[in-house]
Amino acid sequence: MTDTDSLQADILGQITAAASPEALEAVRVAVMGKSGSVTALLKTLGGMSPDERQVQGPRLNGLREAVSAALAARKAALESAALDARLAAERQDMTLPVALPPQGSIHPVSQVMDELAEIFADLGFSVVAGPEIEDDWHNFTALNMPESHPARAMHDTFYVAEQPDGDRKLVLRTHTSNLQIRTMMTQAPPIRIIAPGRVYRSDSDATHTPMFHQIEGLVIDKGTTLANLRWTLETFIKAFFEVDDVTLRFRPSYFPFTEPSVEVDVGYSSKTNKPASGDAVDKWLEVLGSGMVHPRVIAACGLDPTVYQGFAFGCGIDRLAMLKYGMNDLRPFFDADLRWLRHHGFSAFDVPTLSGGVSA
Amino acid sequence: MKFTLSWLKEHLDTDAGVEAISVALTSLGLEVEGIDDPAARLAPFTIAHVVSAERHPQADKLQVLSVDTGAGAPVQVVCGAPNARAGMKGVFGAPGTYVPGSDITLKVAAIRGVESRGMMCSMRELELSEEHDGIIALPDDAPVGARYVDWADLSDPVFDVAINPNRQDCMGVRGIARDLAAIGVGRLKPLAEAYRVAGFDVPRAGPGPDIRTDDPAGCPAFHACTVSGVTNGASHPWMQKKLKAIGQKPISALVDITNFVMFDLGRPLHVYDRAKLTGALVARKARAGEQVQALNGKTYAVDATMTVIADDVEVHDIGGIMGGMHSGCSAETTDVLIECAYFDPDSIARTGQKLLLTSDARSRFERGVDPAFLDDGLAVATHLVLALCGGSASDIARAGTAPVAARTVQFRPSRVAGLAGIDVAEDEQADILARLGFGVVRGDSWTITVPSWRRDVGVAGATERWDGEADIVEEIVRIHGLDRVPATPLPRREGVALPTATAAQKQERRLRRALAARGADEAITWSFLPPREADVFGGAAWTLANPISADLAAMRPSLLPGLLAAARRNADRGQPSVRLFELGQRYLADGEHATAALVLSGEARPRGWQTGSATTFDAYDAKAEALAALAVLGAPVDRLSVALPADRWWHPGRSGRLVLGKAVLADFGMVHPATLAAFDLKGPVAAFELYLDALPPRSRKRATFAPPVLQAVTRDFAFVIDDTTPADTLVRAVAQADKALISGVRLFDRFAGPAIGTGKVSLALEVTLQPTAATLTDADIEAVSAKVIAAAAKVGAVLRS
Repeated sequence: MTDTDSLQADILGQITAAASPEALEAVRVAVMGKSGSVTALLKTLGGMSPDERQVQGPRLNGLREAVSAALAARKAALESAALDARLAAERQDMTLPVALPPQGSIHPVSQVMDELAEIFADLGFSVVAGPEIEDDWHNFTALNMPESHPARAMHDTFYVAEQPDGDRKLVLRTHTSNLQIRTMMTQAPPIRIIAPGRVYRSDSDATHTPMFHQIEGLVIDKGTTLANLRWTLETFIKAFFEVDDVTLRFRPSYFPFTEPSVEVDVGYSSKTNKPASGDAVDKWLEVLGSGMVHPRVIAACGLDPTVYQGFAFGCGIDRLAMLKYGMNDLRPFFDADLRWLRHHGFSAFDVPTLSGGVSA
Repeated sequence: MKFTLSWLKEHLDTDAGVEAISVALTSLGLEVEGIDDPAARLAPFTIAHVVSAERHPQADKLQVLSVDTGAGAPVQVVCGAPNARAGMKGVFGAPGTYVPGSDITLKVAAIRGVESRGMMCSMRELELSEEHDGIIALPDDAPVGARYVDWADLSDPVFDVAINPNRQDCMGVRGIARDLAAIGVGRLKPLAEAYRVAGFDVPRAGPGPDIRTDDPAGCPAFHACTVSGVTNGASHPWMQKKLKAIGQKPISALVDITNFVMFDLGRPLHVYDRAKLTGALVARKARAGEQVQALNGKTYAVDATMTVIADDVEVHDIGGIMGGMHSGCSAETTDVLIECAYFDPDSIARTGQKLLLTSDARSRFERGVDPAFLDDGLAVATHLVLALCGGSASDIARAGTAPVAARTVQFRPSRVAGLAGIDVAEDEQADILARLGFGVVRGDSWTITVPSWRRDVGVAGATERWDGEADIVEEIVRIHGLDRVPATPLPRREGVALPTATAAQKQERRLRRALAARGADEAITWSFLPPREADVFGGAAWTLANPISADLAAMRPSLLPGLLAAARRNADRGQPSVRLFELGQRYLADGEHATAALVLSGEARPRGWQTGSATTFDAYDAKAEALAALAVLGAPVDRLSVALPADRWWHPGRSGRLVLGKAVLADFGMVHPATLAAFDLKGPVAAFELYLDALPPRSRKRATFAPPVLQAVTRDFAFVIDDTTPADTLVRAVAQADKALISGVRLFDRFAGPAIGTGKVSLALEVTLQPTAATLTDADIEAVSAKVIAAAAKVGAVLRS
């Protein structure tokens, strides 16, 4: 072993033994500093003969490189250990709870209205809206219910107290059928609309509230028939309840503003708790009133009933929501109980779409 | 409308059973609401013979019977009835039988130590009457082992059918029988056959009573006759049985007859005790101040719009609605006047609505009874009175004329397919109409004559060629089978369905989902409020004349009261934090206004290990929510100004109004403590109300955009300013200092304290400079800084040294 070799072994030993950055720096200064041992050796190269330098040059440079590399490696190792130690000291309890932003919700009625709008948009129906405080003519008379009509009494109408200046008799609309009239009077056929909204009847129990929501549908064209109504309702019920097939039952009924009038029962299976078809049906749900728009109603709106005809239907939105999403009492819909809203409400991001499905 | 199967069969010759009739009724539009079948209820009870009766060894009041049930050896029954004795026949229920009257199911049991295997029943236990003094005792010839219901002829199911308001003709059993015959369930018997008589030509002698109608509009026709020498006892058991079966209480023969004819034929009648009448009986309009005590015991004040029946002295009848107590029949009645009149449906409806008086007669007259059935109705009634009460009848007196002119409808058979979308052969169409009683004259267009009892088909005095045609289509499809209408697709436009939502609907959807995404729960509250709550918000422009309760009488002028009340209910239920919003209408004097509102109450942030104590909501929370909502709606939030609050329900110092030009878009801030007190709500409560119909239309245009090439720089300034000067004044002034270069100003610190001076505040602004032509030099920045300081000085702000 040469002197150089033993020196290198000695220095490397010191480097390895350095336990802190400070100790390592002391070694570096002692070895590689201005008056360090290796620096001193390197300085001797200048005084050597070329032959001697040829021999000692590589040797001393090798020594310097080995020492530099060892210093760097030791430094990195010490830094890494120091970081590890610091991070270990920074430990936090990741099981501690965090504050989540409050979760809001969409009311089931709004959600179902959006679902209905989506389904009927695909069938070409636009959504229309109109006044809730309505005059007697749009709510009744134009719908073939003159003043003494017995059907008016069935509507349990809320009347608006007389206005000092007004001679119009005003009511809270008892159905959204007033939009049939308003639409036919302002739009040229063909017409396909749905009219969802608040309606009012003087009635209150577990399945009736003085305010509720109804959707009215109207198609006016030249050759629209009751058979088109059946298809439309079947298509709607299948899409809304997401069933492959459904059996509807058409029963003769009476509404002053339709002729023929049809009560529509939806076949239902108590096993699946969904609308069903054929033999799977074990009960019928009365869900929809409908019929062919009465020619007098069409005429009252200024259209020629020998040219135009069509169908109308009406249905409770709250009831659709109850059937689809399993609520059994209507009253909490309007109580704003946060526990109910959070249980039965929907995420803001449950936007009904045709591609993603209309149900949340 | 209720009737029994046997009653129906008086008019309808059919073998059809309950199930087939029920299905047919529903398909006819006569919705079966219920069928009560005593046979099903009482089927297990049989006739049994009490072979022996011994004293119970342990109880004086009990006996141990040996009962022959007709099936095997006699069984032992412990019985407490005092009338139980050896040799009698009675009604037996075996173990396992459900006893409807006592709601128990019989079991083999030991009674005071003696085994009992069944029960001998009382009438009450079988729900046949209230009789419970002893067990049923049957005649000796009652067949042991036979079903009691069969022997006692109790197997008569009761149908309960909902009649649509247009079908007055089905408010009598005969009308229902006619519809069933038309759909093919049996044959409609002629009326005389149904009444088991050869005809209704009863012997009549003497002139009819002195009657008149002085109100031909309200009472177009008034027919009547008298019957003298009647005995008004209990009616015959067959009539009592029918009336009882449909829930009507038998009263006396004369009253029962009028009820029976009404339920059987849909024909209301009235019978007066002639002894109580003075002079002519006249249909006329009531006079001011007249009153009548009706048969329900209540006294009604009638007015000049109402038709009454009166004699020389007083009013005896609210015409077509309810008779009067004074001239009603009693056990002493010997001479009667039978009225069979036709009342105008509209007039009846108006009178009934005004008096708030409903009756079976009203519900028939207001829907329009058969105007051609007056003499027939009177003949049937007279026949029954003579048959059940005896006496001798007068001739019929007739005053006025009922509107008997037959309606005709022009009908094209092609309209069945054209309107209903179902093919029905022309022969079948004609056949259906004939079976329903319509006259049919076929041709290019058919001329249909509507039977007098179908007031719902066609239009009186039809003016349009199409009047009534849809009614005929309905009749044909109804009988052919409405449920047979096929499903035919609506034509579909080519390509993808077009968007259908209006701009307003899209805005509401965006807002609703944005507010929910920001953590608020959507509520739907009543459109009507207690008036006192509406008053807190400026008062209701609209109130209801007939609210369901006084608390639901005022149409809301704001969405806030409904949400504040909801917040209180939730707080009462222990909810620590309430964020509720609603979208809906406010009802103001000038109309309905689409509105959104949010109420924030309770904890804004719960106590937490990171954040310490819980915090409450403040006005800036409300402002942030309002601006976020407006941003979602596309409003230019950076161009809005904050005006002072205008309404007294807000905290005067901690609320504001967001204004764009002249349009008020929203109010926000803390709700006034006095307002909270009115809702019994603990504060603080923050809220906003956003006026959707005031918003500018949302623009879908997007300007072209290229990111600036040059780097923006920021400089901070701190100004001292009077604390009464709105910070916004300073921010706007600074932003205007160099419009070309200053692209943004953000207030990031606010400090007040002794170091600043009383009445002063230090506001720190970060000003962003966005060069467009060349990188800014120090000199450029110096120059713009000088402009900023000068602009701030103009609003009274001094650069903090």
